[in-house]
Amino acid sequence: MAGKVVTITSGKGGVGKTTITANLGAALASRGQRVVCIDADIGLRNLDVVLGLENRIVYDLVDVVEGRCRLRQAMIRDKRIEGLALIPAAQTRDKTAVSPSDMVRLCEELRQEQDWVLIDSPAGIERGFRNAIAPADMVLVVTNPEVSAVRDADRIIGIVEAEEKGPAQLIINRIDPEKVQRGDMITTEDIVELLAIHLIGIIPEDDNVIVSTNRGTPIVLDGRSKAGKALRNIAGRLLGEEIPLMDLGRQDGFFSQLGRLFSGGGR
Amino acid sequence: MGGFMDRLTGKSRKSAYQAKERLQLVLIHDRTNLSQSVLETMKDEIIEVISRHIDIAPDEVRIEINKDGRQQRLIADIPIRGPKRRG
Ligand SMILES: Nc1ncnc2c1ncn2[C@@H]1O[C@H](COP(=O)(O)OP(=O)(O)OP(=O)(O)O)[C@@H](O)[C@H]1O
Ligand SMILES: [Mg+2]
Repeated sequence: MAGKVVTITSGKGGVGKTTITANLGAALASRGQRVVCIDADIGLRNLDVVLGLENRIVYDLVDVVEGRCRLRQAMIRDKRIEGLALIPAAQTRDKTAVSPSDMVRLCEELRQEQDWVLIDSPAGIERGFRNAIAPADMVLVVTNPEVSAVRDADRIIGIVEAEEKGPAQLIINRIDPEKVQRGDMITTEDIVELLAIHLIGIIPEDDNVIVSTNRGTPIVLDGRSKAGKALRNIAGRLLGEEIPLMDLGRQDGFFSQLGRLFSGGGR
Repeated sequence: MGGFMDRLTGKSRKSAYQAKERLQLVLIHDRTNLSQSVLETMKDEIIEVISRHIDIAPDEVRIEINKDGRQQRLIADIPIRGPKRRG
């Protein structure tokens, strides 16, 4: 069976696309799937360091597209996680070095031998984003619970729809349950109502993310981290499993706050 | 209506609530490319056309954009004053 191409994108930058791509890749591979992650952020390569594979790069995406190497030679296999590979972005070129049809052709080839092709898209609505969504079977739009990120997500969702790559699915990253509780962070329910698309996962703000990025080891391998669990859940949903959303606290009313006060959790 | 309960419980003062309210307006604007002033102009023009045929209450005409999933709808509410009186 041919593999599935999933593009992870966003309107606003810095919302967590690269972190999510790396970890979905790691989570799917640790479930026995064959996965290749493509860094489509040409000129701003990052997926390699998040995955801890930066020291092993010889060839990159542009080398493949321009025929300087074979596809196989540009695929860096992760030695810790069987079945996971990375095709890094070129660092010294710009986005015009690759075209949407190059990406379609490349993914056609990868589809034959992989279960999943995950594409880490650059932010915005420019060429790099067009490249990233061109071959997609499914588009995951990442946002943060914050006004400008949600607004930009809406733009992207509209474009994905117009390009007939929709309906996109939503990931809300960096939810801080305490701020939600206090009423200072827009709730998951409100974001889903505003954007009116299917939610495939929510990920809490988690200090372990920066630790794992520092080390170059995916956070899904950390059994105790909440963000790791949330990302494993999303991978499970991609595999067709029905997994309820993680409970990250909702903005609740007077009575439940009173309840927390009496149970000593009020502080 | 919901606004009253929200005020009572202090919900409307929370910044998350304001974020949602503001986003609601911004998204409609982004999706339709319609500003408040274009809406006002359209309203005046609609009133003009309709009044040529029937008697309406111009001050009570309301025109707004409703959200239905990812689709926007232009809703006009135009109260009719009854058959146009002659001479
Ligand atoms: N759930 C989280 N909790 C805490 N920090 C996070 C979380 N998700 C992402 N981050 C941090 O946010 C920063 C941006 O993440 P990342 O690089 O994955 O975003 P991006 O969308 O790929 O950015 P760009 O648009 O620049 O490509 C990183 O420092 C990352 O460690
Ligand atoms: Mg990135």
